[in-house]
Amino acid sequence: MRLEAHLRARRAEGRRLLVPYVTGGLGAAWCDVVRAVADAGADAVEVGIPFSDPVMDGRTIQEASQRALELGATPLGIVDALARLDPGIPLVVMTYYNPVLRAGHVRFASRLAQAGVDGAIVPDLPLDELDGWADAADAAGLETVLLAAPTTPEDRLRAICERARGFVYGVALLGVTGERDRLAAEATEMGRRCKAVTDRPVLLGVGISTPAQAVEAAGAADGVIVGSALVRRLLDGGGPDDAASFVAELRDALDRA
Amino acid sequence: MDDPSRRAGVVLGPPGPEPAPRGRFAGFGGRFVPETLVAALDELEREFRAAWVDDAFRAELAGLLAGYAGRPTPLTECRRLSDRLGVRVLLKREDLTHTGSHKINNVLGQALLTRRMGKRRLIAETGAGQHGVATATAAALFGFECTVFMGAVDVERQALNVFRMRLLGARVVAVEGGSATLKDAINEAMRDWVATVTDTHYCIGSVVGPHPYPWMVRELQRVVGDEARGQCAALLGGDPDVVVACVGGGSNAIGTFSAFLETPTRLVGVEAAGLGLETGRHGASVARGVPGVLHGARSLYLQDEHGQIREAHSISAGLDYPGVGPEHAALAAAGRVEYVAATDEDALAGFRLLSATEGIVPALEAAHAIGWLAREAGGAVPAGATVLVTLSGRGDKDAAQVAERVGDGVAP
Ligand SMILES: Cc1ncc(COP(=O)(O)O)c(C=O)c1O
Repeated sequence: MRLEAHLRARRAEGRRLLVPYVTGGLGAAWCDVVRAVADAGADAVEVGIPFSDPVMDGRTIQEASQRALELGATPLGIVDALARLDPGIPLVVMTYYNPVLRAGHVRFASRLAQAGVDGAIVPDLPLDELDGWADAADAAGLETVLLAAPTTPEDRLRAICERARGFVYGVALLGVTGERDRLAAEATEMGRRCKAVTDRPVLLGVGISTPAQAVEAAGAADGVIVGSALVRRLLDGGGPDDAASFVAELRDALDRA
Repeated sequence: MDDPSRRAGVVLGPPGPEPAPRGRFAGFGGRFVPETLVAALDELEREFRAAWVDDAFRAELAGLLAGYAGRPTPLTECRRLSDRLGVRVLLKREDLTHTGSHKINNVLGQALLTRRMGKRRLIAETGAGQHGVATATAAALFGFECTVFMGAVDVERQALNVFRMRLLGARVVAVEGGSATLKDAINEAMRDWVATVTDTHYCIGSVVGPHPYPWMVRELQRVVGDEARGQCAALLGGDPDVVVACVGGGSNAIGTFSAFLETPTRLVGVEAAGLGLETGRHGASVARGVPGVLHGARSLYLQDEHGQIREAHSISAGLDYPGVGPEHAALAAAGRVEYVAATDEDALAGFRLLSATEGIVPALEAAHAIGWLAREAGGAVPAGATVLVTLSGRGDKDAAQVAERVGDGVAP
């Protein structure tokens, strides 16, 4: 239980948790980007395994995924690269279900575990369809993070928080990933609802774009996930240093709050 | 719009079997969607289950199908084509419905459900544009707001339908991502729905997507098969030997087949072989797909060894999809339905043949069924057999595209 234990320990120190998202395979330096954001103050890093049809993602991550695929990224290729990485904090992969199914539940879970990956997020695998994958992940010692949404009814929210491992991913708006001008009204409500029913770390993600938004969202939960705002900087030509300086800004704002 | 004098002719047969729990058809199907959509799918499932056994709902749907959509559609005996092919060909004429394809059957049912759920906005994906036109039509009829997502490639090749949708008051969004065809239009519709699910219904146009869609859309398309079976009984005194329908996502096919599943009739689904199965450029998901999950359902999909979905190819936008509805995957596994494939060239031949012999211009999708039959009559379909073909739509939308391709050489 390295991911959850790690996040709980950091939370116990009074720290607001920060998990940046990086698209795996996006450019030759993507592993350096993961290392750089880890060193810049992340508490864990989420690495996206690109999929051809990412329905939970807005333009930025769609474009990053497509570019990574054009550059030859493959799921197991990314996992192998992660095995050589050791960023010193937990790694969580985010992938859609079809690549997992194609690789095979047991094979994929054990490859991730062998690579030192601690958790997995599969956004199109809701609670009701979880069994095959979650059994394999549990057996491999991999923590499966579950998403809770603003539309999730109360009894289901409890069941999700119960079954989640690592942390609970509270979806901070009605919609797909992508930068927004303001924090959605749903964000703080989502954080409050999750916190009311679980002791597990609760991170809010989707749409959180700026240090100020991160601070506001983290105030209603235990921390935040920041994806598109970081990936956009990479798509615009930014490298490990640019990624690190953005993550440092987020870290700094969260620490001051 | 309800014409009681016609309503009597519309056969809404008894509800068909529900899938197994969690929307399973022998292991295919299910609900693989972002958590945000789960509550809306639960609500839709509940509402449809209740509505489908509610006499008032069924009567209102039957009234719309009769007085607005023009059902029942005829069964046409094709004398000249039959002479030519040496088999007896009967056409179920979905091309004669209002808006020109079977898509309207499903859309009118979902529009009634939308009103029942208190929602005011419809979104839809479309390939050939027929489902988009049908959805835009229902939106105009019910006073709903409507947005249709269409791959940019399809916007180009189905320009007439784009104009029709706009005329009907719909916003048409050209989707540039991925292969810019039907698959990407569905992706974009799902993304919209994730953001708007509280006041918007996603009107899916085929027997694809998460539970309850494959079941619900099949039930709403059963009317095609129920009518056709009754019409065959009246004409033939029994069932046809063979039933043939084209398969994109598979709604016109399953709507037709569902009336014959318990009979000995041979059932044939015709997928798009595009440039040929061996070229890899086709839409034959049953023939060449492997089990996977896309657009919310476990089914058969064209994909590479890493699980990335491959682009499909077909001359017809409505069959240009790298997957198939989960119930078809189950019927294929059970061996109850044969899935075959017709190439772009077969479809063009069918398009010209039916036009010239019967005065009926078929949609390119349906032309795959005709083209396959023309190729296999006397072969896989024995001489003298009686064959029911579902003519899923009319070909006006394709005329410009075919003209560009074959020029003046239109004689069969
Ligand atoms: C006329 C026509 N036939 C068939 C299809 C394929 O859909 P399905 O397989 O769901 O019937 C379409 C889809 O656009 C269509 O417009």
